[in-house]
Amino acid sequence: MSDVISLESIPTISPMFRLQWEEVQDAFVILYPEGMVKLSQSAGETLKRVDGAASVGDIINDLEAQFEGADLKDDVLQLLEVSKENGWIKTTS
Amino acid sequence: MAGLKQQVNQAGHTVTPPLWLLAELTYKCPLQCPYCSNPVEIAAHKNELSTDDWIRVMREARKMGSAQIGFSGGEPLIRQDLEELIAEARQLGFYSNLITSGVGMDEARIKAFKKAGLDHIQISFQASNEELNNFLGGTKTFEHKLEMARLVKKYEYPMVLNIVIHRQNIDQMTDILDMVVSLDADYVELASTQYYGWSLHNIDQLLPTRDQLERAEKIAHEYQDRYKDKMKIIYVVPDYFEGRPKKCMNGWGNIFLTIAPDGVALPCHSARQLPGMDLPSVNDFSIEQIWNGSNDFNKFRGMDWMKEPCRSCDEKEVDLGGCRCQAYMMTGDATNTDPICTKSSEHQALLDDVARIETNALNHVEEKPLIFRNMKNSKKHLDSLTKSE
Ligand code: SF4
Ligand code: SF4
Repeated sequence: MSDVISLESIPTISPMFRLQWEEVQDAFVILYPEGMVKLSQSAGETLKRVDGAASVGDIINDLEAQFEGADLKDDVLQLLEVSKENGWIKTTS
Repeated sequence: MAGLKQQVNQAGHTVTPPLWLLAELTYKCPLQCPYCSNPVEIAAHKNELSTDDWIRVMREARKMGSAQIGFSGGEPLIRQDLEELIAEARQLGFYSNLITSGVGMDEARIKAFKKAGLDHIQISFQASNEELNNFLGGTKTFEHKLEMARLVKKYEYPMVLNIVIHRQNIDQMTDILDMVVSLDADYVELASTQYYGWSLHNIDQLLPTRDQLERAEKIAHEYQDRYKDKMKIIYVVPDYFEGRPKKCMNGWGNIFLTIAPDGVALPCHSARQLPGMDLPSVNDFSIEQIWNGSNDFNKFRGMDWMKEPCRSCDEKEVDLGGCRCQAYMMTGDATNTDPICTKSSEHQALLDDVARIETNALNHVEEKPLIFRNMKNSKKHLDSLTKSE
């Protein structure tokens, strides 16, 4: 992949999309013009930590703390890369 | 779908949430597009819900799981309470879409909508040049639309540009796409006219020929490729040439809930014409009662209503038998297979009609004039109905 995401970069949700919790779906969703993507639980847990302040490394640490020491680095990086490809998030550097 | 709260209603149907609330705020419109999807009977439905009614509808639908709201019409900008409705939608957590011709908009309003929390604006163009755009819309709007599109970008909304495609503008596909590229659209919807309401009246002038369609598709695909990193171009070709119908509304009573200006709840914006509908109004029932319990929304839910050949067809989950309105308009029975399907016994009649239209088009024969969508023509239509009764 051309733009690999580094641990230091800081992701933000792109202004073209909105992430929100949907009670009736029991899931996080990404909303955009006339459409909606329902996120898996792990994708939702990751993207809800994207707040424009936390770095990718912070997000991984936070998730690993919550899910008791699981090694989530590769999964998170992969998810963020896909999210970036879809235009859902932007990253610094 | 795991996690999705489905429920089985009294009629025994599995009911999913009405994800999409289409709020048709008014049938009034300064334009007169001859392909307008509003009913031809607009002049008979002049009552409009109040601001409070709409707020109640939004709250109830949101509770049922609606996540997207489309403010449309007619022309939604005619409603002076639009800012207020947008603010309420945002506060309730809707993703709000304004679907407009751009007429009635100015910079101050675009700014106010942003402040109220509007998420996205879709502007429709009739064509890519002033003359044809203004002719089709029945009024001078082209320059204004261009200006509004630029402002939508300036205020950093995601911008969808929508162009309804038909025989009168399909040969301008290159120009249309160059225009949307120059306006820096994020999404482009090239929507082939669908034939009900006004467009069915005008189908002889609107249905493109096969040749036209092939050329246009090729051009659209080129642009899709070339700009794939910049904008998403969606071209929905007319199902008249496909041999299989579309899964209309993604399934009856499945995700779409339309509320007409007078408060009538509809499974699709054209369903008002079908016989045997109760047409429940939000003035009398809650959204929950309408969505889960009404006769109208259960009528064609799922597949139990199907007759042959759909009933035993192995493709029935793919298209759910197509469009109920099309089936009704072409066969007189809404439970029939959509005649677009090659398995329909009425399919040959459809092909014959398409051939007649195409022959007339190639020979420039006009059997009847183009009728523009306006209250005067709607009244004329209503008068002719009462006379023939
Ligand atoms: S299609 Fe044209 S006439 Fe109909 S509501 Fe839209 S802008 Fe108005
Ligand atoms: S017969 Fe009915 S279900 Fe089968 S493909 Fe045709 S429309 Fe679809």
